[in-house]
Amino acid sequence: MTVSIQLEVNGKPVQAAVEPRRLLVHFLREDLGLTGANIGCETSLCGACTVLVDGDAVKSCTMLAAQADGASVTTIEGLAQNGDLHPLQEGFWEKHGLQCGYCTPGMILSANYLLAQNPSPSDEEIREGLKGNICRCTGYHNIVEAVKYAAERMS
Amino acid sequence: MARVLGTSIKRREDPALITGRGKYTDDLQAAGMAHAAIVRSPYAHARIRGIDTSAAEALPGVLAVLTARDVAAAGIPGVVPVGWLLPDLKTPAHPMIAADTVRHVGDAVAVVVAEDRYLARDAAERVAVDYEPLDAVADVVAALEDGAPAVHEDAPGNVAFDWEIGDRESVDAAFASAAHTVELDLRNNRLIPHAIEPRAVLASYDSSTGEMTIHMTSQNPHVHRLLMTLASLGMPEHKVRIVAPEVGGGFGSKIHHYADEAIVGLCSMKLDRPVKWTATRTETNLTDAHGRDHSTHCELALDADGRITGLRVDTAAAMGAYLSTFAPAVPTYLYGTLMSGQYDIPAIHCHVTGVFTHTAPVDAYRGAGRPEATYVVERLMHLAGEATGLGPVEVRRRNFVPPDAFPYQTQVALAYDSGNYGPAMDRALEMIGYDDLKTEQASRRGNGGKLIGIGFSSYIEACGLAPSAVVGSLGAQAGQWESADVRVHPTASVTVYTGSSSHGQGHETTFSQIVADKLGIDPEAVEVIHGDTDLVQFGMGTYGSRSAAVGGSAIVKSVEKIIEKGKKIAAHLLEASAEDLEYEDGSFRVAGSPDRALALGDVALQAYLAHNYPDDLEPGLSATSFYDPANFTYPFGTHVCVVEVDTETGSIELLRYAAVDDVGNVINPMIVDGQLHGGLAQGIGQALWENAVYDDSGQLVSGSLMDYAVPKIHNLIPFELDRTTTPCPHNPLGVKGVGEAGAIASPAAVVNAVVDALAPFGISHIDMPLTPEKVWRAVNS
Ligand code: FES
Ligand code: FES
Repeated sequence: MTVSIQLEVNGKPVQAAVEPRRLLVHFLREDLGLTGANIGCETSLCGACTVLVDGDAVKSCTMLAAQADGASVTTIEGLAQNGDLHPLQEGFWEKHGLQCGYCTPGMILSANYLLAQNPSPSDEEIREGLKGNICRCTGYHNIVEAVKYAAERMS
Repeated sequence: MARVLGTSIKRREDPALITGRGKYTDDLQAAGMAHAAIVRSPYAHARIRGIDTSAAEALPGVLAVLTARDVAAAGIPGVVPVGWLLPDLKTPAHPMIAADTVRHVGDAVAVVVAEDRYLARDAAERVAVDYEPLDAVADVVAALEDGAPAVHEDAPGNVAFDWEIGDRESVDAAFASAAHTVELDLRNNRLIPHAIEPRAVLASYDSSTGEMTIHMTSQNPHVHRLLMTLASLGMPEHKVRIVAPEVGGGFGSKIHHYADEAIVGLCSMKLDRPVKWTATRTETNLTDAHGRDHSTHCELALDADGRITGLRVDTAAAMGAYLSTFAPAVPTYLYGTLMSGQYDIPAIHCHVTGVFTHTAPVDAYRGAGRPEATYVVERLMHLAGEATGLGPVEVRRRNFVPPDAFPYQTQVALAYDSGNYGPAMDRALEMIGYDDLKTEQASRRGNGGKLIGIGFSSYIEACGLAPSAVVGSLGAQAGQWESADVRVHPTASVTVYTGSSSHGQGHETTFSQIVADKLGIDPEAVEVIHGDTDLVQFGMGTYGSRSAAVGGSAIVKSVEKIIEKGKKIAAHLLEASAEDLEYEDGSFRVAGSPDRALALGDVALQAYLAHNYPDDLEPGLSATSFYDPANFTYPFGTHVCVVEVDTETGSIELLRYAAVDDVGNVINPMIVDGQLHGGLAQGIGQALWENAVYDDSGQLVSGSLMDYAVPKIHNLIPFELDRTTTPCPHNPLGVKGVGEAGAIASPAAVVNAVVDALAPFGISHIDMPLTPEKVWRAVNS
């Protein structure tokens, strides 16, 4: 049995028939080939799978593809505009906010949501805002720097 | 040419990773790919009475269900071997798939392959295994008690090995005449590595060629190929290609050869089509080799002046249910040999019992033995500071190996090549503002409010195990060199093939800096290839903070050979003698006549044209080196942690963390700092939050991220870093390695800080992790 869904992914319309139990993260990664969202825990605890759904940061391992029917989804692949990196992408590169990179797409999209809510967060607000995303490599020190860099560039 | 060594060049790895284009193993698709799900034991110890696979097989879309019977029928070796042998080591067989007995929760009993990921899981649920549960023992101390359930019949008393180093008698004598002694019983808590990318493999066998390509989460693809072919699948080594694509962290957990990757290889061979398996978080936590898990009694003897006269250590170290790849080396040659720390200790004895338990195997995890050793030594030094009245700073200073004593031969085999320990301590005190902190601490003690504590850790690390002959004599079944093939192309751009394969450390950037510096070219003109056994000559991989010191040195050796050859070509073209040529800033020059010079590109082009060329020289401009270091390298440093402890609730707040590290020369300071940050987070995590807990029946009760507290961003604080620089004297870059320093130093610094805060309560020790409950109980008992 499948359900048909229509949504927008990175600004492009998508139509598909999916199993009702298919997770959004698998739909994005395997059906659409958008492998930027990673799976680190499949239990909504690590944040590696974070994407934006109608502007909200959502852990795509805990949402069904069917629930995204009618939604607008942004993945890390949709963040750079016309070949220009998003300031958050620049910030992570500039400030060494990543090592293995596995948490990075989710981290950047959560930070994107944070900056949309609070364009000039304090260090503490950055740490509070990103606590749903685990990074095992960086110790977070440079992630805070990366988000601050982006906030400055965006203001 | 601007300097490139010592410069924070942005990482070339990042553009792919920040745009989602980096390809990790689970991102890969292959035509005709099927998916595997592994059926695992829910019991820590049980006999398998029978397995009924019929319901799984009946599900449409299921391609195969394999058990131990199929491994046997395949006529392959079918085991997972151990790669480090100690004298009298018990090496019970570790079958790829358990045949009649399971020995830990998560032990593989069957594998299902299906057309689709979801279907494979559905079918795995339908495999009916009839278990007869048996008594289990998960705790390292309980496993040694009389009558404890046996993990392996051929390992009586659950003892895997009994090992010692140092001189017991001289230690006894030191204690007999000591003015002060301090002692401690401690647990070094079991940790789960938690690379955020779970283990994964995509195996593609092709019967028409007899070749298999395996993409997998690997820190050392050649080592994996060797073990996979030799011991598990029984394939010819040259028919197997192992590729590590982007690897999402490892911290040791992706060094080891596991059953699962071999099982998936077998599935692909059986079905003659690509098969992918990606562990769930729970699976990876149940089966990745864990870290630490020691129970230790340790004692330090000092004379009336506070100089250490003896150190005695007795440790029971968990091995888990099977011996993982390098497991026996970790609590022995990477632990007992580090017991001298930064100190001149005239008598040391360390005894270690390796213990089988009904748990996941234990093997190298960031630091591997060295954090455990540092924890023992630095906890004792804290107590020694109190017992002697010298305090934590002076007792350390008084015992530091003095700068003029290098090379320094310890009593536990290692010979430290270089070091200068005082300045790192000085700088750390200055950064943290020690005197002011002491004043504040004293005033708070009078006030009944939250207490502050200041903890020190002066650590020594040994990176880049070496040389091969020595580690071989200690039981390693592998060499410890590294290789580099450097090829200068006709247009003078360069490709480096390195055996040191990256999983987040930024090797491509760092190695390109080395080549660019030595050849005087732009780093952008250097490509770095790693992580593919078909592209790269044999290599040992990335672990033990070895990549810069060993892998980087191999690259330098190859570049030196290229320059030597280039000089001969240039001499021919310039009609000069090769002895008169110098190489500088990308040009070969005749010494003393600066206008007689040829750029690297002119020489490289001629090397490939070979039109106007020395008779006795082969064309081409490339060189391969296998660099076997003369010794380990010995980074060191002093870390200081400041905490605030709420004695009402037992909660701990990190206030400051300052780290002064000496990792020798630094190639890319930004990357080096990043390595320290990551190590600190893991070490602080061990001290305060992380704990792999098995209950008495052997169930892993902290197997998910709900129960196992990996540090999150709001738990941690900014780190204050600085460096001293004492170059390594025996490698061409003067580098030492930095990957593990943070995780080695920090647990002791944090625990010492908390114990220091609680000194008014007479508390001398609390076992990690220092949860509020434990702190509260200690305060209220
Ligand atoms: S994979 Fe979705 S939160 Fe971890
Ligand atoms: S960069 Fe590796 S998990 Fe964050």
